[in-house]
Amino acid sequence: MTHHTSRHIISLLMENEAGALSRVAGLFSARGYNIESLTVAVTEDPTLSRMTIVTSGSEAVIEQIIKQLNKLIDVVKVLDLNDGKFIERELMLVKVKATGVFREEMKRMCDIFRGRIIDVADGSFTIELTGSGNKLDAFIESLDKAAILETVRTGASGIGRGDRILKV
Amino acid sequence: MEQSTQQFTGAEILIRCLHEENVDFVFGYPGGAVLNIYDAIFHQDKFKHILVRHEQAALHAADAYSRSTGRVGVALVTSGPGATNAITGIATAYMDSIPMVIISGQVPTYAIGEDAFQECDTVGITRPCVKHNFLVKDVKDIAATMKKAFYVANSGRPGPVLVDIPKDITAHLHTFEYPENVQLRSYNPVTKGHLGQIKKALKLLAEAKRPMVYSGGGVVLGDASEHLIKLIQALNIPITSTLMGLGGFPASDKNFLGMLGMHGTYEANMAMQECDVLLAVGSRFDDRVIGNTEHFLSNPRTIIHIDIDPSSISKRVKIDVPIVGDVKSVLTDMNDLIATEKPVQNTAALADWFKQIEEWRGKKCLTYAQSTEFIKPQYVIQKLHEVTKGDAFVTSDVGQHQMWAAQYYPFDKPRRWINSGGLGTMGVGLPYAMGVQFAHPEAQVACVTGEGSIQMNIQELSTCLQYNLPIKVILLNNRYLGMVRQWQEFFYENRYAESYMESLPDFVKLAEAYGHVGMRIENPSDVEGALAEAFSPKLKDRFVFMNFLTDQKENVFPMIPGGKGLSEMILAENL
Repeated sequence: MTHHTSRHIISLLMENEAGALSRVAGLFSARGYNIESLTVAVTEDPTLSRMTIVTSGSEAVIEQIIKQLNKLIDVVKVLDLNDGKFIERELMLVKVKATGVFREEMKRMCDIFRGRIIDVADGSFTIELTGSGNKLDAFIESLDKAAILETVRTGASGIGRGDRILKV
Repeated sequence: MEQSTQQFTGAEILIRCLHEENVDFVFGYPGGAVLNIYDAIFHQDKFKHILVRHEQAALHAADAYSRSTGRVGVALVTSGPGATNAITGIATAYMDSIPMVIISGQVPTYAIGEDAFQECDTVGITRPCVKHNFLVKDVKDIAATMKKAFYVANSGRPGPVLVDIPKDITAHLHTFEYPENVQLRSYNPVTKGHLGQIKKALKLLAEAKRPMVYSGGGVVLGDASEHLIKLIQALNIPITSTLMGLGGFPASDKNFLGMLGMHGTYEANMAMQECDVLLAVGSRFDDRVIGNTEHFLSNPRTIIHIDIDPSSISKRVKIDVPIVGDVKSVLTDMNDLIATEKPVQNTAALADWFKQIEEWRGKKCLTYAQSTEFIKPQYVIQKLHEVTKGDAFVTSDVGQHQMWAAQYYPFDKPRRWINSGGLGTMGVGLPYAMGVQFAHPEAQVACVTGEGSIQMNIQELSTCLQYNLPIKVILLNNRYLGMVRQWQEFFYENRYAESYMESLPDFVKLAEAYGHVGMRIENPSDVEGALAEAFSPKLKDRFVFMNFLTDQKENVFPMIPGGKGLSEMILAENL
């Protein structure tokens, strides 16, 4: 077993029932697994929720996480997106200072990263940005720290490429 | 039509569900939130309700009922403290994969979340220690939920399932229809093992020079004992068992090397360490069983693992040939393959292997120094085995006495050895004996315990009186929390912090106060006679509490110190 740790994105479908989310969250804390982010919402089938969990661990730990998730009675299907090709997206809202020189600078940075300004106030802009976690990190890094007033990120959502489909 | 339009209260529906499941005992304790349910129980006589003295005991008794019969154990508790008192019992059953359905009362739906009297988030609190749980919010869901609860508890890797029912739901009216089947799209436990893997496993076992089988509680829970015996006979392989697996393979068989693990036999632990092909059956490479993982893996061997739970495989030790499936089904396939393919074994190597094992056996690691002055606890267990002709159901608590019972009472049949292996819950012994005695009213039931453990559920002496349970308590009283004392002696330079039990009650008077027979045995020469009397026809129908004053300084050997490997056992001084 390799002890090398890597980042994995796990997608799962579960019964859209009260308590299902806490079963998953509880499993991670009870067994000491990492959660980088966790997002969940109902799917086109209202009886199912889809969750994306970003975690990290050795191959053995990831294998255990998948098995333990499958063991939960409310979990219908589990897929480790890292087993194949996939796309990852995350949404971030950033409120930045937009006064004086910052006002033009922020507009330019937003364009470079293909973000959108969705709220304009006298002293601030709110920028909406979508992309992989890395891209969002890069945007934050490239801003002057003093200009950042507030950030909020949704955590990653993932989906397999092409024919890789997670469905009941 | 008449049937389907008749209205029942939620409580009546619940009772009918239990009837449909052919439940014969419900262990419980009433309270406000379950009064409607108790009223419905009052109006029925298909199952018997057993009134315990503390909810923890209800859980343990239902758990032991299940362990000794293979059927689902059922417990009923009220909301709030009723449910929290049940937690230890639920966690104990969960760790040992015991199928149970626990019904807990809850405050009315309209009061949930308002910090109502005797309210607690039972579903939240129990979530990490149940296989699954439900909160029933509508009377029309009771029947389907109960059907699911019994199905989930008793299929796949078994476990406790809790159903939390608010009080108003038990009063609401609805028709009753019990579902014939249950379909859960998210839960389809695998039962049949992969035939290709089974073939591969058999080939490895046949070609092995030093094969070994290590069986666990899964063999007992999966009722696969016969199939395991058949396999061992066909291949003539040595076998050891975990604490939970004892009785799954007859201890008197020549191929049986005794229990392995922290207090396992020298031969079992050495063979486990030195084998070249290991077949694990319904066991989980627990820390108390294989000791230090790195040490265990330092000796290369090929490992085959049969288990119904995929998450048990490669959890602590990487498995070479995993076989996910029901133990009985997989062993049946394996035995069928042996019959048709008649695999050729390496008999010369096998003979050498047995020769080596006999050498290890020659250590006689369970030898202890007999005394005419002090009662040796091991001696009491040996005499218990003789007096009961090896045919008793033996429950134990947790500690030294538990290990001695496991070492010195050889079990030849499954479901006879009832103890808390996973959670290690002190206080289970007496309520376990109750559950077993209810399930097997004619059987000899012995509860081997210590003066620490027995006091953790001593109130159940009252329950035993109410139901005339002829249990025999074998108290190995050394006036110490023996296992704690042993660790303090070995690893804390004899600093016996809080491990001495002072102000013990007069157990004879205590037993008598509860209407039972009490005995105090101080001399080794009286041990056999006292046991014979307790199990004699004269006291056959009486609860007998036997207080054996045993050697205070006796330790459990062999012992693998924490963090050490299987072959790094400490043996008794004289060996």
